[in-house]
Amino acid sequence: MDDKDLELLRILEENSRLSAQEIGSMTNLIPAEVEARIHALEESRIIRKYTTVINWEKAGNGEVSAIIELKVSPERDFGYDRIAERLSRFRQVRTLRLITGTYDLQLMVSGKNVQEVSRFVSEHVAPMDRIRETATHIVMKSYKENGNTLFEQQEAERLPYSF
Amino acid sequence: MRNFVSDRARDIPPSGIRKFFDLALTMSDVISLGVGEPDFRTPWNICEAGIYSVEQGATSYTPNRGLQTLRRALAIHLANRYQLRYSPDDEMIITTGVSEGLDIAIRAIVNPGDEVLIAEPSYVSYAPCVALAGGIPVPIECTEQDHFRLNPDKLQEKITPKSKALIVNFPNNPTGAIMRKEDLEPIADIVTDRDLMLISDEVYSELTYESPHVAAATVKDLRERTITLNGFSKAYAMTGWRIGYLCAPKEICDAALKIHQYVMLCAPAMGQIGALEALRSAEDEKTSMISEYRLRRNSFVAGLNRIGLSCHVPEGAFYAFPSVKGTGLSDVEFAERLLREQRVAVVPGSVFGAGGEYHLRCAYAVSREELTEALGRMESFINGL
Repeated sequence: MDDKDLELLRILEENSRLSAQEIGSMTNLIPAEVEARIHALEESRIIRKYTTVINWEKAGNGEVSAIIELKVSPERDFGYDRIAERLSRFRQVRTLRLITGTYDLQLMVSGKNVQEVSRFVSEHVAPMDRIRETATHIVMKSYKENGNTLFEQQEAERLPYSF
Repeated sequence: MRNFVSDRARDIPPSGIRKFFDLALTMSDVISLGVGEPDFRTPWNICEAGIYSVEQGATSYTPNRGLQTLRRALAIHLANRYQLRYSPDDEMIITTGVSEGLDIAIRAIVNPGDEVLIAEPSYVSYAPCVALAGGIPVPIECTEQDHFRLNPDKLQEKITPKSKALIVNFPNNPTGAIMRKEDLEPIADIVTDRDLMLISDEVYSELTYESPHVAAATVKDLRERTITLNGFSKAYAMTGWRIGYLCAPKEICDAALKIHQYVMLCAPAMGQIGALEALRSAEDEKTSMISEYRLRRNSFVAGLNRIGLSCHVPEGAFYAFPSVKGTGLSDVEFAERLLREQRVAVVPGSVFGAGGEYHLRCAYAVSREELTEALGRMESFINGL
């Protein structure tokens, strides 16, 4: 990892569909080197996946997501890791984090409807050993995802010419 | 009825881009590389600070010099960032943009008939402001061979017993050139030997891509004969807030302050509070804007060279200044036809004075997508010539 790698990661995080040619011209690297560096970042699992930020609400698929907070009793030798790894195997769990504060783990869960989400929580998450308490928050509306605002912003008007 | 327009107002030449401006406004789907401002919005914490200040009723005049809290924060910022040491109480005025700072700086030192040397190509207001103060603007051409830096020999040639001051702007609008310490040193010697005042417009100082900005007043003995102008517009995407500043030794600053208090009274209060917030907590936002400009610069300049518009690598600001010599068109013809035929707006270099002709000022302060599209259109235009 060097500064160029960091620069590549920042560019890809913003838009992973740019070609090696385009990225090369921005970073003064030849396309082959861009490809080699990206390949190495993929191999080392620093780059996990290429994905898309979607405004699902606008797409109208009706998915429901929820933030679920869990109080967990940590295990000797493993802390929170084992239970977190178990939870993260569920397809429904989109994001899982260990956090400070009243609760220990925070999950982002999605499902087809509220029933599916609540069934997942009550049947799969809450009964797990070591989980002492859950708090489920259904997401009503999303305004920003991964640094991208999801509401339409008025374009600022700029003069066509200014000195 | 008499003609009431003053001779000085009459003699200001009309804007070199009026015609383009009017034409562009009648067209749709124009990609404009003609703007001299960031395409980013002001970082939101700065906006919040401004909005909150209005809610709290901070809507009055501020002291003439500007809010003391802002001047103090600025003094610390200038010392840390550029090793520039100015007293916030005696050597600093918050101005309504650098434009006002430039005007009062010139008026503070120029007597009728004084010659003021201007390193060109340059921002368009220097010569008119000198003329409005009764001075005589004397252009010095910075050439592409010199990387658009100010060549000390060319400066020497233009100095006469009437020379009073030299105006420079690095990082430069429109060329993107910078002056390194070793470039400024011989200029400092000449300015000192010939007893000139230096007006250094450093509004693009935060936008350098290869090496940190060197403030003119930190070079040799220049501090005592330099008026440093700077502002928040470019670095923090705050053009509409109109906040700049003038720093100079007390005697000069006092003279400029007298003019400022009568023509401006004070810079906008809300803007000053926004500027204070910018200094306190917009460092990360600024840095990410600068990284983005760097990426755009690299690909845009490479693209210009690829399509046959030879372009030196601009080390600062957000302008590329390619040459159109190879196309057989003048800069004005090229810019006008490019706008009409491909709907890309650029500014002909000759608008910026000596050394600008046969060049175009292309601002890369637009999104990467627009830059790519603009390059494609420019390539089609060149291929069709």
